[in-house]
Amino acid sequence: MRIATANETYLADEALLSTRTQWAWMGILALVLIAAPFVLNNYWLYLACLVAINVASATGLNILTGYTGLVSLGQGAFMAVGAYTVAWLEANVGTPFFVNLVAGGALAALVGVFVGIPSLRVKGLYLAIATIGASIILQFFFVNWSSVTGGSRGINVAPATFFGTQLTTYFQLYWLFVPIAALMVLGAANLFRTRVGRAFIAIRDRDISAEVLGIPLLRYKLLSFAISSFYAGVAGGMWAYFFRSVSPESFTIVESIFYLAAVIVGGMGSILGGVIGAAFMTLVPEILRFGVEIASPYVSNAATLLSPIRTVAFGGLIIAFLVLEPQGLAEIVQRIRRFFHLWPFKK
Amino acid sequence: MSDLLFFIEVSLAGLGSGALLSLTALAFVLIYKATRVINLAVGETLMMGGYFFFALAAGMSLPVWVAIPLAIAGGGLIGAIVERGIIRRMLGESPISVFMVTVGLGSVLVGLVEFIWGTDPRSLPDFMGSAPIFLGEVYVSRKIAISFVVAAVVIAIFLILFRYWRGGVALRATATDQAAAYSCGINVPGVFSLAWIIGCGTAAGAGMLLGQIGGIAPTMGAFGLSALVVVIVGGLDSVAGALIAGLFIGLVEAWTGTYLGGEYKLVFTFGILILMLMIRPYGLFGTTEIERL
Repeated sequence: MRIATANETYLADEALLSTRTQWAWMGILALVLIAAPFVLNNYWLYLACLVAINVASATGLNILTGYTGLVSLGQGAFMAVGAYTVAWLEANVGTPFFVNLVAGGALAALVGVFVGIPSLRVKGLYLAIATIGASIILQFFFVNWSSVTGGSRGINVAPATFFGTQLTTYFQLYWLFVPIAALMVLGAANLFRTRVGRAFIAIRDRDISAEVLGIPLLRYKLLSFAISSFYAGVAGGMWAYFFRSVSPESFTIVESIFYLAAVIVGGMGSILGGVIGAAFMTLVPEILRFGVEIASPYVSNAATLLSPIRTVAFGGLIIAFLVLEPQGLAEIVQRIRRFFHLWPFKK
Repeated sequence: MSDLLFFIEVSLAGLGSGALLSLTALAFVLIYKATRVINLAVGETLMMGGYFFFALAAGMSLPVWVAIPLAIAGGGLIGAIVERGIIRRMLGESPISVFMVTVGLGSVLVGLVEFIWGTDPRSLPDFMGSAPIFLGEVYVSRKIAISFVVAAVVIAIFLILFRYWRGGVALRATATDQAAAYSCGINVPGVFSLAWIIGCGTAAGAGMLLGQIGGIAPTMGAFGLSALVVVIVGGLDSVAGALIAGLFIGLVEAWTGTYLGGEYKLVFTFGILILMLMIRPYGLFGTTEIERL
C-alpha cells in the first residue's frame, strides 16, 4: 500500500522515479544487467545483445509512433541506413566505432527527415503507406548502388575496436550494447519531461489543437522523425557490429513490421512498454524453438516447421494483443502495480 | 516498325496485368468502402486463393470447373471468419490498430501456407492452354489475354451489381453514411460481412488467375503491395479509380520492367505513390475527407 506521495516541487512531480520502490526495482535491474554476462552462457549473451539492439530501435519507433502518433513502417530501412553507414565508414575511413555509430544515427536522422516530409500532408494510414513506399525506394538503393553498398551481396564489417582490443565475443559486445541501449532509453524517458517531448504528445493527441496552441507542426513532426531515425540508425550500427555483415536482405519490410509489432505488443506511448515489447518479441521465437526441439522426437520434420510456426505466432501475437490487450504489456504491468498499491484493501 | 510492334506488345501485357491489379484493388476498395478498413492481407488472401485451387485441382484432382468456385468460396470463408471473429470486435478502435491487425493476419496466412505446403514455388494445373493469341501482327500471351477478359467481365458484373442489386445499393448507402443507412433499415453489420466475403472471394479469384500466369509461392502476397499503390493512386473508396489506376500502374510496370529492367518496377510505382500522397492524398477519384475539431 502506497500512502501519501504528495510532491512539494514541480521537479519532484516530474521525476522519472518517484517512489523508493521504483528506485529499488531500478537498482535490482542495474545489478542484474551487470551480473548477467558473468552468469549467462554464450547463447543467452547473444540473445541479450539482440534484445539490447531491438530495445534501442523499438524505443526510437515508440517516440515517433507511440508519442507523436505518426505511424511508420520504415524503421527497418532507417536501421539499414545506419548499418550501411557504419559498414562503409569501417571499411573506407576507419574511424572509431563510437564516431561511426553517431554518424550512422545522424545520416539515418537526415534520411528520416526526408521520409517524414509527407507527414506534413498526410497522417495515419496514409503516412504508414508512404513510409512503406519510402522503405521500398531505399531498398532499391541498397541493392543497386553497388559501389557503396556492395549490391545484393552486401558488405562485411570489421569488428569494433576499443583501445586496440577487437570486440568480437558476445561478452565484449554486451558491455558495448547494453550501456548504449540503456542510455538511449534513459534519453527517451527524459525527452518527455521537456518542452519538445510534451509538444510531441500534444501533436499525438490532436495535431490541429497542438498547432493552435503554438506548436509548429512542421518543425516538430520532422524533429520526431529525426530523433526516431537517429535511434534506428544507432541500433542499425550496433546490428552491423553484431552480425558483422550488412546486406539488403537484413532489413526488409518484415523488420519494420517487427518493430511496430514490438511497440504495439509492449504498449504504445510507454517507455517501459517499448522495452518490454522489444524483449518479448525477440525472445518469443526462441521460446518457440525450445518448443519445437521438445516436439522433434515425435514429429518427423519439426525443424522445417519452425519458421512457419514463428511466422504464424508473430502474426497471431499482433492480432491477439490488439484485440485483447490494446494497451499492451505495459498495461499488464500497470495492473499488477495497481494491485499492490491497493493491496490489503482490494483483493 | 518492329520497335512500335514491340511497344504495343509490352503495353498489352501491361494492360493484362493491370486488369489483375484492378481486380485486386477492387477487393481493397470493396472492403474499405463498407468498413473503412485498409485490409493489407488482401495480397495474402490472393495467395490463399491460388493455394486453395492448387489443393483442390492438383491435390484432390477435382475437375477445374468445380475447383474454381470452391477456391473462391474458400477465400470468401476466410473473409467471413476474419470479419466475424476479429474485425467486428475491433469496431471503433483506431484505424491504425485495425490496419495492424490485417498486417498480422497476413503473417498468419503466410505462415499457414508455409506450414502446409512448404516454401517452394509451385505451378497450378493449367486450364487455359498456352497457344499464343495474335491480334493482327501483335503477339499476346494467351493466359494474360484470358485473365484480362475474365477480370474485365468480373469488374463489369460488379459495376452492374453496385447499381441494380439491393445488396450493392445497401453497400453504397453504408459507405455514404452508416447511421443513415442503419435507420433506413439496412442491415449494416450484414453489409460489413458481405463486403468482406465478396472482397476476399474476389482476391482469391485474382489469385487463381495470377497463379496461372506466374505460379504460386508464399511470397506472392507482395502483389498486394502493387495493388495498394493502385488504390492509393485511384482513391481508396472509388471503384472507377481502382480500374483506371490499375491499368495505369500495370502499364507503368510493364514499360519500366521492359525498358529499364525489372528492379525499377517497384521504385517507379512507389515513387508514383509518394508523389500522389504529396499532391492528392485522397487519390484521383477518392472522396476528400475534411477534418473538423
